[in-house]
Amino acid sequence: MENKYKNSRREVIKGLLTFPVLGGLAYSWFKKKKYEDLMKIAIREEVQLENSNPVLARTVSNEKLIRLGIIGAGGRGRYLLRAAGFLHPETIDSWIEAAANNSSDKRYKDFYDQDDLNIVINGVCDIWDQNAEYAQLTCANINRVGSVGNMAKLPTRYSTYQELLAAPDIDAVIIATPDHWHGTITIAAAKAGKHVYCEKPMTWTVPETFEVVKAVKENNVVFQLGHQNRQNESYFKAKEAYDKGILGKVNLVEVTTNRNSPNGAWVYDIDPTAGPHNIDWKQFIGPAPDHPFSPERFFRWRCWWDYSTGLSGDLFTHEYDAMNQILGLGIPHSAVSSGGIYFYKDGRTVPDVLQQTFEYPHKDLTLMYSASLASNMHRGNRIMGHDAYMEVGGNLQIFADRESTKYKEKIQNHLIDPNIPIYSFTPGMKQVDAITSATEQYFVGRGLLYTYRHGKRVDTTHLHIKDWLDCIRTGDQPECNVDVGFEEAISAHMGTIAYRENRKVYWDEEKQEII
Amino acid sequence: MKYTNTQLSLLIILRVLIGWHFLYEGLAKLTNPNWSSIGYLMDSGGFLKGFFESLASNPQVLEVVDFMNTWGLIAIGLGLVLGLFSRVAVWAGVVLLAMYYLSHPPFVGIKYSMPSEGNYLVVNKILIELSALLVLLVFPTSKRIGIDRLIFRKKEGYHGK
Repeated sequence: MENKYKNSRREVIKGLLTFPVLGGLAYSWFKKKKYEDLMKIAIREEVQLENSNPVLARTVSNEKLIRLGIIGAGGRGRYLLRAAGFLHPETIDSWIEAAANNSSDKRYKDFYDQDDLNIVINGVCDIWDQNAEYAQLTCANINRVGSVGNMAKLPTRYSTYQELLAAPDIDAVIIATPDHWHGTITIAAAKAGKHVYCEKPMTWTVPETFEVVKAVKENNVVFQLGHQNRQNESYFKAKEAYDKGILGKVNLVEVTTNRNSPNGAWVYDIDPTAGPHNIDWKQFIGPAPDHPFSPERFFRWRCWWDYSTGLSGDLFTHEYDAMNQILGLGIPHSAVSSGGIYFYKDGRTVPDVLQQTFEYPHKDLTLMYSASLASNMHRGNRIMGHDAYMEVGGNLQIFADRESTKYKEKIQNHLIDPNIPIYSFTPGMKQVDAITSATEQYFVGRGLLYTYRHGKRVDTTHLHIKDWLDCIRTGDQPECNVDVGFEEAISAHMGTIAYRENRKVYWDEEKQEII
Repeated sequence: MKYTNTQLSLLIILRVLIGWHFLYEGLAKLTNPNWSSIGYLMDSGGFLKGFFESLASNPQVLEVVDFMNTWGLIAIGLGLVLGLFSRVAVWAGVVLLAMYYLSHPPFVGIKYSMPSEGNYLVVNKILIELSALLVLLVFPTSKRIGIDRLIFRKKEGYHGK
């Protein structure tokens, strides 16, 4: 009897011998959690950001139909039409086919799901027949269908922007012409009482910058400059972090352009069918110096100062506007610039490598821009403060500085690790969290995270156009209004003048002029 | 099968260690509200790349994959640590590890953006853990030390010898 009891006790012990291992795991688990929670609390004491997007949060009834015209329907113009909800039926055909062959190709679905903005496009103006006709069919595709579907009536094609602006069935225009036309057409549109969405940069010359502001304000039209970064959630978060002093005193801001492809360097394909017979060359030249017809200049206009604003106007403006959005930079006190045509010796006049330095003594900081069109080495946009630095782009990461005053104690107590972001954010992620797993951190850092699960993906350009249309309906000011556009254009022009005249240029705040 | 005490002890240690690893991986996923296998699946390579990507592209399928992965890891982990239905747990572990291995085979010429904690050529830690499980399959211990001893005792006539 006793033996049997002993035996069964032995049995149970042998059966459950490894059970205490679970206790060990539980103990280690809670110890780890406790440490992480302490770190989280420590970080949250310092970093408290709200999880909201002001633009997505806004609801405006789009009951009122807005009638648009588009001036300039090349590559960017097409993209803007797509973001507004119009895509050429042949593109839809190819996207539907692509999705059928590859279920992870979501281009058509994303486009089809994009909100209807309740707009109609009544006028198209492009000086190249092919672009104009392509845009007409694009704008007629109101049902977002392929070539077998029903199209609406084709919008009117205007051969000059003046005629389009005179049309009574157009309330607002999208301008996506080459740079040398931006200011002139914006001024004319505002004077004709049309609201304007204009691609960046706002202007091609300094004097027209002042005139654009005057025309927009005097005629009370809603103006939106095409910096879609204004809709990027990372930048909202970055601004909030900066405003809350998480970075400490910011003294250096570094922004870059890193490209290394012919397309990235503006060497676009030349259509062999294009020629003076189907391009209105005289109108292309417009305010620019006269030049005989040149397909290179027509298709690759960004490479010549005659039509372009170079790196400063074309690409620096993106980065500048983002930093202006976050830091409220305004116009710099001074600018210096250097660079050259070092790689693309194709007859271009604008540099392909450029460095620009802008001083903001009233803000105690320097903005540095460095660009190469012939190296892809990734350099993020960095905002450097005494207490923390931030890298911002598609994602946002903030790291405490090892020598920070603000976080000194917590770094010493190992509650803040300078190697781990104290804040990281990827748009679309379910939650904002300070401490993430190694894998997540990696994805966040590279912007590789797919976020199909948590909310749908939205195109920032679509939001930017929506912001403009919302403001036309409500009379509010859009995110990238003409005052912000003025700061963008003047800053870019200062960089360009510094480069072209090889001197340091200053902004005279009182006289409102570049000297 | 007769084991010496040392053999039995080392086999049990191996079983418990692998169990701990599975259990912790499962719990870590369970308690992280942001965790999803989507990044790992989309990063896959090798000849089954298409299959793993297709799992990730369908949200419903992905939910199931995430659920099975998390709870599978936890169940396998508990099974190994406690010696509970060990044979099933070991088999399930082998299948799961085979999937991990096949989704990211360390073959010449395939690059991954997921971080790996070492340099591998054909053989990686997943493959070694998988092989260790196969060893446990042919040298079972849960009917000596483990809950299986209590469950299968009568049926198979173990008497604590």
